[in-house]
Amino acid sequence: MSTLEIKDLHVSIETEQGVKEILKGVTLTVKTGETHAIMGPNGSGKSTLASTIAGHPRYTVTSGSITLDGEDVLAMSVDERARAGLFLAMQYPVEVPGVTMTNFLRTAKTAIDGNAPAIRSWTKEVKEAMAQLRIDADFAQRNVNEGFSGGEKKRVEILQLELFKPKFAILDETDSGLDVDALKVVSEGVNRAHAAGNMGTLLITHYTRILRYIKPEFVHVFVDGKIAEQGGPELADRLEEEGYDRYLAGAGTAVQA
Amino acid sequence: MTETTEKARIGAPSIAGFTEEGESLSPTPVATGPLGGDAAKSHSHGGGYGIPDSSRAGRLTSYRLADFPELKGTEEEWRFTPLRRLGGLHKDALDGAAPAVAVEAPEQVRVETVGREDPRIGSAGVPEDRVSANAWEHFSEATIITVPSGVQLEDRVLVTLTGAGLAAAAQHIVIVAEEGARAVVVLNHNGQAIVAENVEVVVGDRAELTLVSLQEWQDDSVHASSQQVKVGQDAKVKHVAVSLGGSLVRLTPTVRFAQPGGEAELFGLYFADAGQHLEHRTFVDHAQPNCVSNVLYKGALQGKDAHTVWVGDVLIQKQAEGTDSYEKNQNLVLTDGGRADSVPNLEIETGLIKGAGHASATGRFDDEHLFYLMARGIPEDVARRLVVRGFLHEIIQKIGVPSIEEHLTEAVERELEAGDN
Repeated sequence: MSTLEIKDLHVSIETEQGVKEILKGVTLTVKTGETHAIMGPNGSGKSTLASTIAGHPRYTVTSGSITLDGEDVLAMSVDERARAGLFLAMQYPVEVPGVTMTNFLRTAKTAIDGNAPAIRSWTKEVKEAMAQLRIDADFAQRNVNEGFSGGEKKRVEILQLELFKPKFAILDETDSGLDVDALKVVSEGVNRAHAAGNMGTLLITHYTRILRYIKPEFVHVFVDGKIAEQGGPELADRLEEEGYDRYLAGAGTAVQA
Repeated sequence: MTETTEKARIGAPSIAGFTEEGESLSPTPVATGPLGGDAAKSHSHGGGYGIPDSSRAGRLTSYRLADFPELKGTEEEWRFTPLRRLGGLHKDALDGAAPAVAVEAPEQVRVETVGREDPRIGSAGVPEDRVSANAWEHFSEATIITVPSGVQLEDRVLVTLTGAGLAAAAQHIVIVAEEGARAVVVLNHNGQAIVAENVEVVVGDRAELTLVSLQEWQDDSVHASSQQVKVGQDAKVKHVAVSLGGSLVRLTPTVRFAQPGGEAELFGLYFADAGQHLEHRTFVDHAQPNCVSNVLYKGALQGKDAHTVWVGDVLIQKQAEGTDSYEKNQNLVLTDGGRADSVPNLEIETGLIKGAGHASATGRFDDEHLFYLMARGIPEDVARRLVVRGFLHEIIQKIGVPSIEEHLTEAVERELEAGDN
């Protein structure tokens, strides 16, 4: 079993108006087998947390720590984090010119595992995973995300999740921009990866509708760079009914559950 | 970041004899004979909008240097070229020693070194610019490589041109694939040189020729090469330009259909490092009906002041009914500080064609791409190479000569390694 531990994390970014603190002390522990939903209004810092865990250079950690089984994640480069078992399904996956999906998937798998996958079984695995996510077989020959629709990009993120088998998956608003059918397909993919075992999930979302398909054991509500409230699945149900308004009214002073 | 992509002059009338207001009753300018200095027209070079200064068909061609006015650098065909870095190729006497020519060829191939008076010189084309005319005026001997009629070669012909110094020189090569011949010819330019070169290529009726021109010069070299290909009836030519080394390389491949039914593919690959100027200007002259052409040039740039230029002219003449043509240029800017100019020009004088298309795209490999690939566990250097290799491989795999493909794959790797330092 693995543990991803975030302690009193403070993160800021450079803006034209100067340095701005986005995360103001986040503490969170995720263990393999667990699913945590991180919810909150826009601008509350949810995506900053996701990008900071993955190591995006835009975000500067000013204090606090992130450790994976005691190893200092913040000391690792972006690729080292991925090889250590962290996976970020991105909110806006970029198009990478010149690299086919096939080439990309094989190269990444090789990097993560430390050796090249056996060609025959790998090809079969990719094909099956694509079929399950209803990704057209042609996509294998297309450049990474190039010309893919928003929904297709999200499916391809989940494809990678299933193929790379990380210890921890961070899904950054994977549900945004998906229609109901795509949402189902994508959720099934996440659930399959979860069922395969040994994965912890951090599900970042603005809306509750993905929680109909992916069931979290823990729900954390982000407001103004901090966890304002946390609880079990029932907290999500309450958010469904009440929205985020009650947190926003007294942002920063909300009572910890 | 200075990165520009220039699109074709949209809105400019593309049919000779027509202006935006309608048909012009004055006679359409017609190119006169090869020696006719009177073909020179007064040019205007405004901002690139409005009526084009001339149809590509009207451009001056002449064997005589004196027919070409001195260059100012503002001319349409020179506006991207830093003349001060041309090593005098456009104005000085080119009396240095030309790069040494060594030919490795199967025995059926005739290889000759001839003087200026040989009648085969001038069989494929007339100089289309001042540097080419200067080379014509100054070359002392030419190498003629002939693949005789009906001979189908298994092995490639390798022509190695090795420069040995920086005295401005002129070079002349003639390649003839006679009727029904089939061959692959590789021109491998290396060493150190300042050279203006004319390569004449005659592809006989029903012949099939692949010509690969590799530019792997040492860093301080300057190379201007006019490569004119005349395509016979139902003949096929594949021209591949690969420019990697040299301070300034300016290649102007021209393919002219002399008979109906020809097919031409023009591929190019270039990789500009800091300070390099790599320029390619392709011209496909559809002067005959029912010919097919396809142009694809891809380039990568890395480092400060890496500059690439691609200008693709396609002219579909009035009589060239049934033409099918396409041209595309793609550039990948890997670091800040590079500049890629890309200009597709399409002139169509008849509507009775199968197709005529053009495209240009310049993109950059940026931190977000890098982040995405690294977030999947791929180390930075591997990520960079992955992108460039994939991008350029499309051209390499078109060459169809395994030994050359292997060589180029390695050469691209070396370029990438150089970029890591």
